[in-house]
Amino acid sequence: MRSLHLRHFKSGLVVISMIIATIIVLLPLCFIFVNIIKMGLSSLSPEFFTSIPKPPDESGGGVANGLVGSGIMLVISSLIGLPIGILGAVYLSEHRHGTFASFIRFCADVLAGVPSIITGMVAYVLVVVPFKSFSAIAGSVALALIMIPIVLRTAEEQLKMVPDTLREASLALGVPHWRTSLKVILKSAMGGVITGILLSVARIAGETAPLLFTALGNQFWNWKLMQPMAALPLQIFNFAISPYDGWHKLAWGGALVLVIIMFSINLAAKSFGRR
Amino acid sequence: MTPKVQIENLSVHFSKTEAVKSVNMDVDENSVTAIIGPSGCGKSTLLRSINRMHDLVSGAKVSGKVLLDGESIYEKNVDPVLIRRKIGMVFQKPNPFPAMSIYDNVVAGYKLNNRIKKREADEIVESCLKRVALWDEVKDRLKTSAMDLSGGQQQRLCIARTIAIQPEVILMDEPCSALDPIATYKIEELIDELQERYTIIIVTHNMQQAARVSDITAFMYLGEMVECGPTSKIFTTPENKQTEDYITGRFG
Amino acid sequence: MPEKTFKRNDLLKGDYIFRLCTLLFASVILVILVVIVWQMTKESLPAIRKFRWDFLVSSDWNPVDGKFGALPYIYGSVVSSILAIIIATPLGVATALFITEISSRRIGRVISSLVELLAAIPSVIYGLWGIFVMAPWLQQTIQPWLSDHLGSIPFFAGAPYGVSMMAGALILSIMILPIIAAISWEVILAVPQSQREAAIALGATKWEMIRISVLPYAKSGILGAVILGLGRAIGETMAVTMVIGNNPQISLSLLAPAYTMPSVIANEFAEATSTLHYSALMEIGLLLLGITLLVNIFARLLIASISRKQKGGVH
Repeated sequence: MRSLHLRHFKSGLVVISMIIATIIVLLPLCFIFVNIIKMGLSSLSPEFFTSIPKPPDESGGGVANGLVGSGIMLVISSLIGLPIGILGAVYLSEHRHGTFASFIRFCADVLAGVPSIITGMVAYVLVVVPFKSFSAIAGSVALALIMIPIVLRTAEEQLKMVPDTLREASLALGVPHWRTSLKVILKSAMGGVITGILLSVARIAGETAPLLFTALGNQFWNWKLMQPMAALPLQIFNFAISPYDGWHKLAWGGALVLVIIMFSINLAAKSFGRR
Repeated sequence: MTPKVQIENLSVHFSKTEAVKSVNMDVDENSVTAIIGPSGCGKSTLLRSINRMHDLVSGAKVSGKVLLDGESIYEKNVDPVLIRRKIGMVFQKPNPFPAMSIYDNVVAGYKLNNRIKKREADEIVESCLKRVALWDEVKDRLKTSAMDLSGGQQQRLCIARTIAIQPEVILMDEPCSALDPIATYKIEELIDELQERYTIIIVTHNMQQAARVSDITAFMYLGEMVECGPTSKIFTTPENKQTEDYITGRFG
Repeated sequence: MPEKTFKRNDLLKGDYIFRLCTLLFASVILVILVVIVWQMTKESLPAIRKFRWDFLVSSDWNPVDGKFGALPYIYGSVVSSILAIIIATPLGVATALFITEISSRRIGRVISSLVELLAAIPSVIYGLWGIFVMAPWLQQTIQPWLSDHLGSIPFFAGAPYGVSMMAGALILSIMILPIIAAISWEVILAVPQSQREAAIALGATKWEMIRISVLPYAKSGILGAVILGLGRAIGETMAVTMVIGNNPQISLSLLAPAYTMPSVIANEFAEATSTLHYSALMEIGLLLLGITLLVNIFARLLIASISRKQKGGVH
């Protein structure tokens, strides 16, 4: 006979260790937030958002060029990635049971698992080498490569949720198939698709590795797309591994700003999804 | 003689709705009691409160008393694990453990309570499977997955798994509703045999089944126990108008 | 001539063009995958031809002399990822079990959205936190203690540097925790309630219920989650680069700095001037790609086969 007390004791022990495990999982999150807010707030100032980094021996400076550079590259990569992702998703949802569609779906999942640094290397070969310069375009291509599978899969999930009756109703009214897909299906799934778009933008906004040898980073202002361009995550990285205290402060400030940007995009995405 | 199971003034609430309304019922030892009624009448809910299955559901609130051998099972110091060892349960859909073999399924519950040697386990598996008349069908493939069995075989396996822990009462929640007529017949036959050793309470939506297998029949409607009495009486001369309407098929 | 009222051909033409368009865009995924594999292979060829198998077994990495052996990086990647999995798996699965089996629904929702937040933090911020908070903390507290008391064991020998294999593995485990927890949570949620009831009705305690009904049912899904976490850990770049110390040596000690495959690419690729150096880094990238592709394909097939099985018959 096994003792019932012992069995309950064992069960209680496991439950307690699960609670402890959950706390351990959430601890780093708390620490990271506390540190970012504490260290980041002290380095934020109007100058932080309006000026470019100062040389390490001067105090102050900001990440304005990085913010603008990240914005520019996010726009370009969205211009490349979104049409491919969304129209591809329309194909997948229209032919959801096809062999080719499930093959593409599988490829997208696998592609989403490719390390982001690899997409950086490929963008280097495809863009930097032929044009003989690190550039904002190269960085955008690298980011777009990451974005496409994410948009494709999230948009497809949303399109699949549009009821078939809606599609049939439209077709029965004599609306051609392609107009049904674009006007009816895509439109009624728009809220969800926008959620997917925002989530994927949030995801690539924080990417650093694919920009290391594509956009490269820039200490100064640059508006030319075929030239190296600054980006916020790159600045955080470079400042963090530098030996200068002033730059460390900039890194923490940049981290706080990046986290705020990403979480607000995430929040916006969620509110769109709920509508 | 005190009844094996006594239900006194039992009510079950799910958040705001009252699924069972102050039900009273006595169940004698070694009898088969059938609970019938239209779907949604609270008969499964009543059954599940007899072995405290509602503990699993957050939001379910049980008030009133259930007594097993005269002792209340809803007291604070009563261990639900112990109650469920004495009151086994068979469910609507056969639910063997898919990752386990037929053999392991039979001893799954028994092993929780006892450390057993191989020979002892072999004996339990053989005797339990024989009692549910499954032994001859599966004795050559005891180590294969339980999911390879047919629905009826799976349900008999689940009954074997339940009797392996040597319960005193077996609750059956529409045990045949997912089965074909032949499998149903076998389960009914089995209930007849099990009656010698166990007290059985069975919920069914099938009146013929209730008439065939039970000694006592209880009719529930809208959460209330309308009538409870010897099966022959309920099906021939019911006292209540609603009961009569239901068993003659005028509603439900 | 009477005007055609029903221009069937035009309608069909529109459909045809539209279908072709969407098909083309969907195929871009395949094209990207092929281009990635092809480009990485092509650019690696000089190094593959020059070093053959030596590349994988030599630990001599010297760009000035034109010698390239990738073993320290492979070692660092494999060890740090496996350590991360060992740390993250029990924690992630325990969290998933806590959310599904123990906590109330409201608390579960709060915890799972917090875990989601953990997944949304960019790698570079983990690295920043790792350099300035975690590594110094390790250097001042845990590592000296390990070094003093367990220093005779090779795993904990040497001086406490802070940045080390241990720091890399820890930061990786924090980063893959959300993946393992979230996917485990989903597969555990998919375990039918009837399975739990079966165990409870047999007189199982909470833990026994989890052990005999929940875990066996969910185990291959959890395995898929762990493998996906492994894929993520192996390819993770920034955070690891910032805390692992970037020293291409093979040391048993967890306190010693190490180096990983993505890290060496991140640190040297932009400055690789010789063709051979560039090509050697590409070959490391190709290896990394091969490993992650295999891991991901395996995990996806595993998870797909489970969902098929669940749709199939096991109610």
